[in-house]
Amino acid sequence: MSAHTLAALHPGDIATIVSIHAEEALHLRLLALGFRNGKQIELIRKASFSGPLQVRVGTTDIMLRRTEASRIEVCKV
Amino acid sequence: MKRIALMGMPNTGKSTLFNRMTGGAARVGNWPGITVELLSGKILLGSDMVEIIDLPGIYDLHGFSDDEQVVRHFLHDNVPDLTLVVVNTTQIERQMSLLLQLKQLNMNIVVLLNMSDEAKKFGITVDADKMSELLEMPVFLISAKYGNGYSEALHEVGNALRYPTPGMAEQLRSQLEEDEQLEDEMAKVLESTVQVPARLSDQLTEKLDSVMLHPWFGLPIFFAVMYMVFQGVFLFGSPFQEGLAWLFDWFRAAALEPMSSVLPQFLQGFLLDGVYNGVATVAAFVPIIVLFFLFIAVVEDSGYLSRAAFLMDALMSRLGLDGRGFVMVLMGFGCNVPAVLGTRVMRSRAMRLLTMLVIPFSLCTARLQVFIFFIAALFTASAAPLVLFTLYLFSFITAIITALIFKGRFKNDEPFVLELPPYRFPTLRQMTLRGWLEVRHFLRRATKFIVAGVVMVWLLTNLPTTAVPSSVDTWAGMLGSAFNPIFEPLGINEQLTIALLFGFIAKEIVIGALAVIYTLSGDALSGAIGQQLDWVQAYSFMLFTLLYTPCLATVATLQSESKQIKFTLISIAWSLGLAWTVSFAFYQGARALGY
Repeated sequence: MSAHTLAALHPGDIATIVSIHAEEALHLRLLALGFRNGKQIELIRKASFSGPLQVRVGTTDIMLRRTEASRIEVCKV
Repeated sequence: MKRIALMGMPNTGKSTLFNRMTGGAARVGNWPGITVELLSGKILLGSDMVEIIDLPGIYDLHGFSDDEQVVRHFLHDNVPDLTLVVVNTTQIERQMSLLLQLKQLNMNIVVLLNMSDEAKKFGITVDADKMSELLEMPVFLISAKYGNGYSEALHEVGNALRYPTPGMAEQLRSQLEEDEQLEDEMAKVLESTVQVPARLSDQLTEKLDSVMLHPWFGLPIFFAVMYMVFQGVFLFGSPFQEGLAWLFDWFRAAALEPMSSVLPQFLQGFLLDGVYNGVATVAAFVPIIVLFFLFIAVVEDSGYLSRAAFLMDALMSRLGLDGRGFVMVLMGFGCNVPAVLGTRVMRSRAMRLLTMLVIPFSLCTARLQVFIFFIAALFTASAAPLVLFTLYLFSFITAIITALIFKGRFKNDEPFVLELPPYRFPTLRQMTLRGWLEVRHFLRRATKFIVAGVVMVWLLTNLPTTAVPSSVDTWAGMLGSAFNPIFEPLGINEQLTIALLFGFIAKEIVIGALAVIYTLSGDALSGAIGQQLDWVQAYSFMLFTLLYTPCLATVATLQSESKQIKFTLISIAWSLGLAWTVSFAFYQGARALGY
């Protein structure tokens, strides 16, 4: 168990959300999409050329950019 | 009339439900308190007419995105008698939050748990009766796509409307996360009513994604899909366009010309070459727009459009755009008009405007016709493909430069966090309804503007009545001479200047206009132009044609979609300025190099 940001995970990794450091607009959007402290998150894949990430939270698949993912602190399971 | 608002998060099938309720008889309208237009439709419910309003999909009632503000302002100034909250049952765990936020406003609510067919497939079971009891509002499981449970729900909506509106409490600005009561309530309702399997397995979506989003094959597949869509739209579209053009010509020759022959010649010309041609110009877009949206409905509703965003984001984020914008810019290479209409898939207004500014630089098929004519007249067959390729290159480069220059001005401040919905098969009904709605929207908005523009150019090229039409003695000719000092440094002569004036209406008529101006046609025209111009002048003319305002229909669409005169003027001024600068640099540069 160690702390990372979501952006540092590898495809296939499963982690738990520890904290979200984001401004209000992004924070609210993430909350509404199911990102909450303590929730499990799976990194499905990363797009080539430093493109966005595909993650799965609960029943929803979500894409987000790496800058946004680096605001989310996770703990690898 | 009682008012029903449709609300829900994005990707809940809200629009599908709206279309099912209104049967496609929706109209766009303005509402107090908000600047964007909303779709609404009137239907007979029981014995009363009610109005249904499709509000934009939002994640959070207290959020700050454009759509979230629109919904808040709408609710504030137009309290609905009933709100239908559409929930995607497969994501019920997180969608409950919006429902509870709405409940706190003390509104009259009926809950529709949509996509019940998909939820069943995933093994999610919902006890709707118990949920209804806990939430103290009616709850129905439905499938808006296939219609299951729809009539029962509609019946209850009719019942619920009979009760008076409780009235809306003052807005609660507490944040979602800190709202512990909300969280507790959500957990309680979910725990006792919903059963979700430990891990959802949508095998098909996962398998498809591993191919479609493959690090190496993803992009080639994307371009192959785009190529097929492109070919599909324009291969199927052009016979329809030609057929329609033939029909308009036939009707003109068989009915209108004999009927109007009693009129003075000027009036006949005005009605036939002005007004009737204007209508025909509008009609020419209809098949392309219908087909375009049939295909876009497939790409979007199947879930592939958000995959395109995923694949192209690495490049597009640097340009201040997103992958969906890239799809529209690509489609612009067929025709700019539906591409501009299609930017509506982007919910951030700033990003939409930036994309609409970029699309006019896509080398559309109408411009291609002009280039093929000029290239054939002035270049050898072996040089022709290279010349055409450089024009496409200019098209791409100017699009990128435009995005880079304006991305600061149209700054997207919405977080780029998108759902990747599971792959779904769109129904034929969804596709055709989309095509039909879009075409009606275009006809309503752009027809007057386009017809007026065509009539105006006809008048310019036919007045004064003493002048030979389209000659240098007409007002258009005078304009051509007046503008000559501006175009001369580009190597563009007076005749070509008049043709550019026509090109402002539509690039399709540029060659026809040249035929009138030179009183030659076909090979003779090609030969005359080939003798009069050298390749530097011709290429400069083509560059200008590529970059300046695509056509009147695009301008009309930019205006109707942005609803900002200022934006439309920026777009026109920027493309004209860029066209002049690029042509000038090319022409003077080539001459300085001794060509």
